[in-house]
Amino acid sequence: MSVQGLIRLGDNTLILGQRLSEWCGHGPALEEDIALANTALDLIGQTQLWLGLAAERSGNGQTADTLAYHRDAWDFRNLLLVEQPNKDFAVTMMRQFLFDTWHYEMLNALTDHIDPEISAIAQKSVKEVTYHRERSTDTVIALGDGTDESHTRMQTALDRLWPYVGEMFSADEDDLMDMAALRPKFDVHLSETLQESTLTQPESDFFHQGGKTGARHSEHLGHMLATMQVLPRSYPDAKW
Amino acid sequence: MYAQMIKSEATQDDPEKVAAFQARIDAGDKIEPKDWMPEGYRKTLIRQIGQHAHSEIVGQLPEGNWITRAPTLERKAILLAKVQDEAGHGLYLYCAAETLGVSRDELTEMLLDGRMKYSSIFAYPTLTWADMGAVGWLVDGAAIMNQVPLQRTSYGPYARAMVRICKEESFHQRQGFDVMMKMANGTAAQKRMAQDALNRLWYPSLMMFGPSDSDSVHSEQSMAWKIKMNGNDELRQKFVDQTVPQAEYLGLTIPDENLKWNDAKGGYDFSQPDWSEFFDVLKGNGPCSVERIEARQKAWDDGAWVREARMAHAAKKRAQKIAAE
Amino acid sequence: MSNEWPLWEVFIRGQHGLSHRHVGSLHASDAEHAIRNARDVYTRRKEGISIWVVPASSIAASSPDEKGALYDPADDKVYRHPTFFDIPDDVGAM
Repeated sequence: MSVQGLIRLGDNTLILGQRLSEWCGHGPALEEDIALANTALDLIGQTQLWLGLAAERSGNGQTADTLAYHRDAWDFRNLLLVEQPNKDFAVTMMRQFLFDTWHYEMLNALTDHIDPEISAIAQKSVKEVTYHRERSTDTVIALGDGTDESHTRMQTALDRLWPYVGEMFSADEDDLMDMAALRPKFDVHLSETLQESTLTQPESDFFHQGGKTGARHSEHLGHMLATMQVLPRSYPDAKW
Repeated sequence: MYAQMIKSEATQDDPEKVAAFQARIDAGDKIEPKDWMPEGYRKTLIRQIGQHAHSEIVGQLPEGNWITRAPTLERKAILLAKVQDEAGHGLYLYCAAETLGVSRDELTEMLLDGRMKYSSIFAYPTLTWADMGAVGWLVDGAAIMNQVPLQRTSYGPYARAMVRICKEESFHQRQGFDVMMKMANGTAAQKRMAQDALNRLWYPSLMMFGPSDSDSVHSEQSMAWKIKMNGNDELRQKFVDQTVPQAEYLGLTIPDENLKWNDAKGGYDFSQPDWSEFFDVLKGNGPCSVERIEARQKAWDDGAWVREARMAHAAKKRAQKIAAE
Repeated sequence: MSNEWPLWEVFIRGQHGLSHRHVGSLHASDAEHAIRNARDVYTRRKEGISIWVVPASSIAASSPDEKGALYDPADDKVYRHPTFFDIPDDVGAM
């Protein structure tokens, strides 16, 4: 069983949780502010479980916190999609919708994983992610359909993020499961949602790679880690 | 406090009704939204609850400043949950104010254009991680002193909002003290951060209670209406008496040379904050006053298309439903 | 034109099978949005398992001036309250 596979899952939830937490106090309405924070809290909680298990299995004295705070960008294994900056609410929610749609199918499949600890984390997480997907789907529909401006913003967001969708389904032996097998179900939910939201699915099947392998992250990740890791890195002897 | 310098509005209502109203309050009745109330009571409450709500929302910003830099995953989750609670508290309070005939959007606009204030404490910066401890310990500690009695305030929706808030608030001060303990017992750098946070936030925390009651012309009416439950000086004294032993426990020094136990009054003697600084802050000259309103203005402006689009979508859905019937 | 989302009243039924209870209000663009917002705002500490939302504008309330007429007559019907009846201790719990 691959520790890398666990780290991939934990890094996805960590980096996206960190991104979403940037919104706290700045949302478009109080209700949305609170909802975004709930999603971020769920993702940080899932991070503690995945990275906690990865640390335990790697057996070299690591913890979820040392993995989160003491690795450099090249050791991160998250998808490029989740490190993309928040930009506006349209990009944030479109990124969330694309990730949730994949995340939901992925966790659902993992609930049957042969490793009971992995299956247990997946079962807990999928409950939370079912709601994440419901909420982001509804938001994409409402904002895609809403006004001319919101439609344009959502379409622009989709076009911008589309080149990061393919990496979610690229597969290698470090994954805990066959990621490519998730694509059909992802596509069904995607096309149903886009249709209802009056948005157009981009035709290109090009996609960027290098996040989940760590071969080439975007420039954004380094800045995010510099912020996130500043205290444990600056004060390595401190306990918080 | 979260609502400072609330001016009670003069009231020009039928004296008989006013007397009956006061009798209800004196008897411990709760006033509910549709009940008759003096215009001054309504206006004062809008201002007070509105300012309290604004303080919660603006109060998200100084702590939000550290969410992305929280030093462990657990601390990040706790801080995020806490700042999220503040959004929730703002929401409950705006809803309470709305029962008095003002909308949340109107209140927001009054905050942004300076017609309404927020608590002076949130115009101060958070400069190190120890500030997350000090804000919870001192600022939430001071706020709780005021909020617990407000659960018994005469206006029903306000009292109910405070009950909910107090229930959720209990973890805030504790998590702050917990951060403070870790910092005060930590490395030399952490101790320095802890003492520095206390030095910077002590007097602004004392200012939260507002100027001395003897200088406040508005307290009396508000106290008769039971929308202000205690005097400013009384609460400030209580806060100091409670906090000094906690600082001693942490091994930190309160930055006040005049701080001394007074046996005769059974409390500490302490120095007053610099009230001219307080009035400067209220006028918008706090160290972060510009940034705070700028951030709220940006959230409001950037969110406009989202709020509009959701309404447009809801209208389309309604139209479709009607067409289908 | 104001784009303020309408106000909704939120009712939540907790774990213990009690009736839905009014817990507060919030803003949302439509009923579905209101239910989701209620979930995010009012069940952050697992307070409930079932949510009702009602547009605040749809709530009809008794007028406070009628309070006497509506409620006073019940004041003398003390037999409606269980503590009115003395049950001998040896009957057991009732």
